[in-house]
Amino acid sequence: MSARENILARIRSQTGKAGVTSDAELSLVQAHISGHERGPVPTFAMHDPVQHFVEECARLTTTISEVGDVCAAPLEVARYIYSASLQPRCVGWPEFAALDWQAAGIQYDSRPATGDDLIGITGCFCAIGETGTLLLLGAPTTPKSTALLPETHICIVSKSRMVPTMEDAFQLMRREIGEPPRATFFVSGPSRTADIEQTIVIGAHGPYRVHVVLIP
Amino acid sequence: MQVQSMHFKQTASTKLNDAVLQTALKKSKGKFVDGRALGVAQIDNWEDIRTYAAAMRDRVIDGLDAYLLEFERNAIRRGAEVHWAETAEEANAIVLGIAQRNGVKTITKSKSMVTEEIALNDALIGAGIRVMETDLGEYILQLAGEPPSHIVAPAVHKSKEQVAELFMKAHHKPRLTEIPAMTREAREQLRSHFLGADMGISGANFVIAETGTTLTVTNEGNADLVTTLPRIHCVVTGIEKVIPTLEDFATLIRLLPRSAIGQSIANYLTLTTGVKAAGESDGPEQMHIVLVDAGRTKLVGSDMKDMLRCIRCGACMNHCPVYQNVGGHAYGWVYPGPMGSVLTPTYVGIENAGDLPNAATFCGECQVVCPVKIPLPDLMRKWRERQFDMKLRPMGERAAIAFWGFFVKRPAVYAIATRIAARIAAMMGGREKLIHSLPGIDGWTQGRDMPAPEGKTFRELHAARLASQKAKT
Repeated sequence: MSARENILARIRSQTGKAGVTSDAELSLVQAHISGHERGPVPTFAMHDPVQHFVEECARLTTTISEVGDVCAAPLEVARYIYSASLQPRCVGWPEFAALDWQAAGIQYDSRPATGDDLIGITGCFCAIGETGTLLLLGAPTTPKSTALLPETHICIVSKSRMVPTMEDAFQLMRREIGEPPRATFFVSGPSRTADIEQTIVIGAHGPYRVHVVLIP
Repeated sequence: MQVQSMHFKQTASTKLNDAVLQTALKKSKGKFVDGRALGVAQIDNWEDIRTYAAAMRDRVIDGLDAYLLEFERNAIRRGAEVHWAETAEEANAIVLGIAQRNGVKTITKSKSMVTEEIALNDALIGAGIRVMETDLGEYILQLAGEPPSHIVAPAVHKSKEQVAELFMKAHHKPRLTEIPAMTREAREQLRSHFLGADMGISGANFVIAETGTTLTVTNEGNADLVTTLPRIHCVVTGIEKVIPTLEDFATLIRLLPRSAIGQSIANYLTLTTGVKAAGESDGPEQMHIVLVDAGRTKLVGSDMKDMLRCIRCGACMNHCPVYQNVGGHAYGWVYPGPMGSVLTPTYVGIENAGDLPNAATFCGECQVVCPVKIPLPDLMRKWRERQFDMKLRPMGERAAIAFWGFFVKRPAVYAIATRIAARIAAMMGGREKLIHSLPGIDGWTQGRDMPAPEGKTFRELHAARLASQKAKT
């Protein structure tokens, strides 16, 4: 017998069940799963997700600014880049390539980030109010590495894509995409570590800065 | 990892006198304990979430075979290969086989306690493969050649001076004094490894039956790079880590980072499902999932099955007065603190880990803070009972318990014996009413005096009180 059969047989004998796992038992598990039952949610998470998102971002040291239209995003990004004393060269997702970056004085390369790129610009599938979290779903046009390799991650987030909880984000994903893609990536602020003397340092292996540009 | 748990007593005494460790433990205690308290206080229905999560974990453990099969079916459907390992040796052979079949020369690894359990690094390095730990704490320990001392903060026992020394030697750079500079240097050192590795190995905080997903919860972003950049991703995890749905993950993530360090959420939650799609620039071409038993099925259906609910947050050790004083290394294996004192005897044999279930004051704090309500003191007590039955405790201790047992099973004899003992103890106390040394257990009185009893037993006093009340009415 293989390791797989041995392990499954041991589980069954330890739980007092005879034979191999039956189709009926599997169906019961599948039926339970397809119910997508939600557990209890803290009361505060049910409030206005945008307001809560902004508050949580402050705790996570994610900075936020807001513009009235996506077309104004490049100028806002330029303002952020100069205020943080960074170089105006970015790589980003293709969905923002058509914006007028040149007028804002930014070089925007529409390609996935490599280890040498310093600023990565992405959008997100949706954002979660409860924890100030960005949900990025990986695909050829939305590579995860752009949010992870550069020292600065700038994320353009639509307020219309703000949901209260992670459960709501999963529901939206099931409705619009179906199953989770290979890379389902929740980002909550810049990377950090406390592995030396439990002292929090912002900027471990991922970005040092996360800046959110809110659009309508 | 080599089991050293049989040396708990000697190691614990050494650790109590280790000044660097004692400073580190005092520093971290406040951060963990106060941090968790603040994190939990944000949530108005913490108890409801705990109860729900415990029931959900129980549901899975009771039907573990079916949930594992459902996970396997979905993981394969999405393009992953699923492997099963009964033992540590089998698990290592599977991972080594994958590496060798694919001509892997370099591996980046994110923190995984299961791979510590099975000593995977030794197996891979022994076969000539370069393995880099990428979690900052694990990286420090790899340079130091030490095992982790905590399941969430592996290098919690190290001082920044010790880290500076290790970095100076390994990186051939000037000695650093500030923690941010050390973190930056580690980032720079590890970057090329992330980008160049042939294979990434991660653990999994959970695996999701519904979608065939494996996932990691991190703050540094290392696990996210390890699972995204190399052409092969291999997950090594325990069979008990399966949960039913994405919604159940949402529930558990409210508990896990808060219980660990009081964070409302970890910085990165990476859910990986299957392999890179056509046209994708990142992601692995091969995804392997190794499901490891290595003792877990012994707990299924047993009187210790509650332990399988564990989500590895570390709250039980952070709040344990024994752990807070001796640190993780004293426990002698991968899992320290109360959860380790239950798991280690199961996985490596009670004959090798006899002191662990006894290294507890039974204050009960571990059970109070456990996010999935594991009755840790009860489980440690079960190990104590089993040890006694198996005659594994020292002769003197067994004789003392047998002696005690003889009296408590015979109430009349107990009453007489305690009356005599109470009077003798009262006499021993003398005028100061303090006993300076107790024959047979003088270790207890070495550093303190025992207050002498007044001369009458509780039952005598109680009977007298009842009699006087009766006389009044």
